[in-house]
Amino acid sequence: MGQIELKQVTKSFGDVQVIPPLDLTIKDGEFTVFVGPSGCGKSTLLRLIAGLEDITTGHIEIDGSDATDVVPARRGLAMVFQSYALYPHMSVRKNIAFPLKMAKMDQAEIDKRVDAAAQVLNLADYIDRRPGQLSGGQRQRVAIGRAIVREPAAFLFDEPLSNLDAALRVGMRMEISELHKKLATTMIYVTHDQVEAMTMADKIVVLQAGVIEQVGSPLELYRAPRNTFVAGFIGSPRMNLITGEEAAKHDAHTIGIRPEHIDVVESGGTWQGTVGVAEHLGSDTFFHIHNTGLADTLTVRAIGDVSLTHGDKIHLAPRADEIHRFDTAGLRIA
Amino acid sequence: MARSVTTQRKTINTTIAWIIGLLIFFPILWTILTSFKTEAQAISDPPLFLFFDWTTENYSTVMERSNYGRFLWNSIIIAGGSTLLGIIIAVPAAWSMAFVPSKRTKDILLWMLSTKMLPAVGVLYPIYLLCIRLGVLDNRVALVIILMLINLPIIVWMLYTYFREIPGEILEAARMDGATLKEEILYVLTPMAIPGIASTLLLNFILAWNEAFWTLNLTAAQAAPLTAFIASYSSPEGLFYAKLSAASTMAIAPILILGWFSQKQLVRGLTFGAVK
Repeated sequence: MGQIELKQVTKSFGDVQVIPPLDLTIKDGEFTVFVGPSGCGKSTLLRLIAGLEDITTGHIEIDGSDATDVVPARRGLAMVFQSYALYPHMSVRKNIAFPLKMAKMDQAEIDKRVDAAAQVLNLADYIDRRPGQLSGGQRQRVAIGRAIVREPAAFLFDEPLSNLDAALRVGMRMEISELHKKLATTMIYVTHDQVEAMTMADKIVVLQAGVIEQVGSPLELYRAPRNTFVAGFIGSPRMNLITGEEAAKHDAHTIGIRPEHIDVVESGGTWQGTVGVAEHLGSDTFFHIHNTGLADTLTVRAIGDVSLTHGDKIHLAPRADEIHRFDTAGLRIA
Repeated sequence: MARSVTTQRKTINTTIAWIIGLLIFFPILWTILTSFKTEAQAISDPPLFLFFDWTTENYSTVMERSNYGRFLWNSIIIAGGSTLLGIIIAVPAAWSMAFVPSKRTKDILLWMLSTKMLPAVGVLYPIYLLCIRLGVLDNRVALVIILMLINLPIIVWMLYTYFREIPGEILEAARMDGATLKEEILYVLTPMAIPGIASTLLLNFILAWNEAFWTLNLTAAQAAPLTAFIASYSSPEGLFYAKLSAASTMAIAPILILGWFSQKQLVRGLTFGAVK
């Protein structure tokens, strides 16, 4: 069991309130991702749940019981840190065994669990090495191993992949997702990378300046962003946000349309412009288009290799049913 | 890119380093040499450097006249005891200042250090009276506590500096792994800070071993360490230079040997944090 509930939680550092009153429920077994730009308070929120920071006001409940004043060691949560935070003076085996040793488990059971974790995470060959002798990916696995052995109520991940190179990151992303499917334990994952959020989450919590902008499944956020911030943050490349005359045509202050929802057409089309930069990826082509009279740069994604380059005139046809409308406050108009 | 250094330049640097080293070491060398002279040779003018009749007579006289073993034992107890006690108190203190600093932490650190700026003689009177009142004059336990208090600011400062180098996330990981504060300090912080703790121990042991002001003022026969042993041979008439030198050599020999074998550790500890 691992339901986590935040009730009117706030956090201040001195006079600065970084988290205004916040309510959030994370259901048992859910993979929840906190995402937002750096400094949005997502790591602070995770540390509040972990107990590594004291909350200023409000309550935190874990499995229905009040954990507000419970020390981190007694909350039954496991955490994987950005820097891995392995114990450098201990072997991989001792690192993984540490939480079990702290729980005063008997040695036979510790060995059994450590060996099982090492098997699952492909660490058996490195079990007697020190963290300093391991690669980044292996260290990350040890950190995960240390978290899973104690069978916690929930896992907390604080940007665990940001120190890995791109290829390894994709691999580890899959491994963590698979681990979640296998263990079916609550996981809370903090990242600034919206791709990680979209690919891994059951539920995404978008944060800005300590405020929850929207909570929902990846596709809910993609299809119906609640405001312009979420619209711009979720999806890659970013949604095009257009104000002014064109928006007024749709009875909105701002309209948004995703790069993949604008078709490149031979002639005619609703909008025209010139190609600034064309990024040919083979499978897709991204155009950054100027002189449309709509926004400084309009981003368009075309499927396959479209042979237009810098300076070429381009005709665009936005799909009318994919246009998002926002009011003057930036909120979505239904 | 490393700077290229010519052989000539290297030779000059080495020579200068040796000259400075010998200058610093000269008083100790002179003491050792004098300890092997007769009393007459010790005060001869011009002074004799290497060509004199080497004798170990001073050593046997000193051994005969005083109980070297007891002084040595007292020195070990006082220096060792105050160092261990200091570390036990300083580790949690430095932990709290390094990992859960408050607004006042910097002030407390400076204030602790400022106590070292006070001339010791300024508090001699009250401490002396306290010792009389408590009946602990010439008492080893009292000296252990007093020397520990005297050196505590330095121990806390040194440990604080080492602890600051340890990433806080590792301690947080220990907390998440279910470690209590005691377990966190015992199993995670201390093993990681071993090099720093070792050099702190060593430096503090040397400081306590050489501490003379308090040991001379607060001891008589029972608790007197090697500093008192040396002092007992310094007579106002100044006729016992050779014996005084022999006593000094015997007093510094243990710490010199300890320092020699641990110099690598000591240097690494003292430059820890300065050079990464």
